[in-house]
Amino acid sequence: MRPLLYLATFLAVIGCAFWAYRENYATQAALKDVSRLQAEIADLRDALTIQRAEWAYLNRPDRLRELTTINFDRLGLLPLEPTQFGQTGQVAYPAPDVPVLLDTSPVDTSGTQESFP
Amino acid sequence: MTRTPLRPLARILSARAAGENPDVIERENLAQRHEAMRTRTRGRAEGRLLILGFAFLAAFGLIGMRMGALATATAAEPQLASSGTEILAQRADITDRNGRILATNLMTNSLYVQPKDMVDPARVAAELAQIFPDLDAAALERRFTDGRSFMWVRKVLSPEQQQQVHEIGDPGLLFGPREMRLYPNGRLAAHVLGGASFGAEGVDSAEVIGTAGVEKALDARLRDPAQAGAPLALSIDLTVQAATQEVLEAGMKMMNAKGAAAILMDVHTGEVLSMVSLPDFDPNDRPQPLLTGDPGDSPLFNRAVQGVYELGSTFKIFAVAQAMDLGLVNPETMVDAKAPMYWGKFKINEFEGHNYGPLLSVTEVIVKSSNVGAAHIAMQIGGLRQQAFFKSLGLFDATPVELVEAPGAKPLIPSKWPEIVTITTAYGHGMSDSPMHLAAAYAAIANGGLAVKPTLLRRDAPLQAERIMSETAARAAVSMLRQVVTRGTASLGDVPGYAVGGKTGTADKPKPTGGYYKDKVVNTFASMFPTNDPKYVLIVTLDEPVETSGPKPRRTAGWTAVPVAAEIIRRTAPLLGLRPEIELGAPDGLVAVNN
Repeated sequence: MRPLLYLATFLAVIGCAFWAYRENYATQAALKDVSRLQAEIADLRDALTIQRAEWAYLNRPDRLRELTTINFDRLGLLPLEPTQFGQTGQVAYPAPDVPVLLDTSPVDTSGTQESFP
Repeated sequence: MTRTPLRPLARILSARAAGENPDVIERENLAQRHEAMRTRTRGRAEGRLLILGFAFLAAFGLIGMRMGALATATAAEPQLASSGTEILAQRADITDRNGRILATNLMTNSLYVQPKDMVDPARVAAELAQIFPDLDAAALERRFTDGRSFMWVRKVLSPEQQQQVHEIGDPGLLFGPREMRLYPNGRLAAHVLGGASFGAEGVDSAEVIGTAGVEKALDARLRDPAQAGAPLALSIDLTVQAATQEVLEAGMKMMNAKGAAAILMDVHTGEVLSMVSLPDFDPNDRPQPLLTGDPGDSPLFNRAVQGVYELGSTFKIFAVAQAMDLGLVNPETMVDAKAPMYWGKFKINEFEGHNYGPLLSVTEVIVKSSNVGAAHIAMQIGGLRQQAFFKSLGLFDATPVELVEAPGAKPLIPSKWPEIVTITTAYGHGMSDSPMHLAAAYAAIANGGLAVKPTLLRRDAPLQAERIMSETAARAAVSMLRQVVTRGTASLGDVPGYAVGGKTGTADKPKPTGGYYKDKVVNTFASMFPTNDPKYVLIVTLDEPVETSGPKPRRTAGWTAVPVAAEIIRRTAPLLGLRPEIELGAPDGLVAVNN
């Protein structure tokens, strides 16, 4: 009985050591992954800041005004006028969809009234 | 284990045979047994002590090693605990009220040299001078070779410049990361934002500090690391600001003015939606302040806040509103308006020597802009009450807007307040205020008599405000201002659908030597719209304008500032989401009578 217990304990110690060894490396890998991801997040944030700045720069009112002037023949954009306010009633909503009958063959309805009193 | 008997029979028998005492043998054996037991116990105790000693050694050794490790290890960021949010830009962004970026940060590089590592200083100097035309090759080379070990060349580089410098390929040229402040909209809202520059500089980073405007006034908030992620939202509306600036710039050119300012303010919250001062500058490349001459001529000068002028007839409405609030007059009361009026050695005239007298109703005093009428109303109010009212309107103190220039722009108030000052301030002479003061005071009338504190920060709800005049007096004043536009001096200011009301003001510019210029004026139009429920106040000020379309040059506000203001309202009101309303005019021949 006793040698069996010794063997079991020994095997358990070996197993634990193996598990701890693997966990250690897994943790180190995860930490490395986290720091890589954080560096990536920082890079992406930097890029985002730059893109936001660039977006703001490209959308500056001066430039948009110049672009509307240059492309006036195509776009015809003018400053917003007080007269451009409208009523909701003036909005041309699309007509509601009418269900289309696919079966165009004539339908005979005579003689059905008796069956549905 | 074999147990030795205490009385071994063989020895006992032989001892007995020899006639010896067998007890001696027993004692001897007992003593031997005890000896053996003692040896065993000692050995066990020694073993225990050894184990204990080893345990203590291990424990203390562990603690010692840990302490040693802690003492020698370099500090590392706790990697698992951090969520990564702290990797953010240093200085908070500034946005307009709708979140559009007005100021942000950009990572660039600075260029510095370590001449001791430099291989060929002459070639580097020549190539750098080619990339940066403002650098002088000979001067650079002299500085590279005079024995210094470190030198800044450029504070910020564009990526193209960086690549060009990189291609020189000298080991003595080094780049340091720099966070740079960028104003993507250029000149737009330049006076609001101010500008930023570098404070303490190191190789790896530099401190960005505000130099003017909001950037300096709210420097602590913008640099607060706890709020670095939250952009600072201003009350400015970018599109409205752009439209105002465009119209004002065109108007300034058309009216041949040397400067102009416009302020658009929400009358309920005091938020400044647009503040333009012309000429302006690019905050990305802030010019140096003027060292000689009038600082007011520098583009850095913010006319809307720092420009303290005598604002002229725009002040008349304050006297009238106060008199109505005190119950001294009502809109139909007739007041003495016989011009010229004499007070001691002073003579008070109307514009171009008109005489609107002998009697004029209070409404007509405003509509016709009668100096004499306003003077008589102010005399009824009296100096003390007039000063208290001006103070409650905020005309005596520097404006509280969040600009570093604002506390310095104090109004010019006469130190004493004799009756002649009461008379002249009634029509806006003798004390000087900035357009921002005027905007806040007009907003107080427009919102029905509540004091307004102008602000450049977005407010979502109006603050608790102190009432400074009754709502009826304020409403009556607004209706008079509307009549100034429909049939008075500001008839060019009417914008169909927006029921503009306002008051013109033309003030001669004072000479630095004393007295006034004959042909230099400051024209102001203080307006509010829509007058049936005022929401916005617009102040337009033109510096030295002259309108030359007629046979002789015209310098009154009605011809210069008013049309510019009307165009600004026509352009900005739709952007503000104001729907034009068709006004139903009163039928002819019927006048509301108030018994």
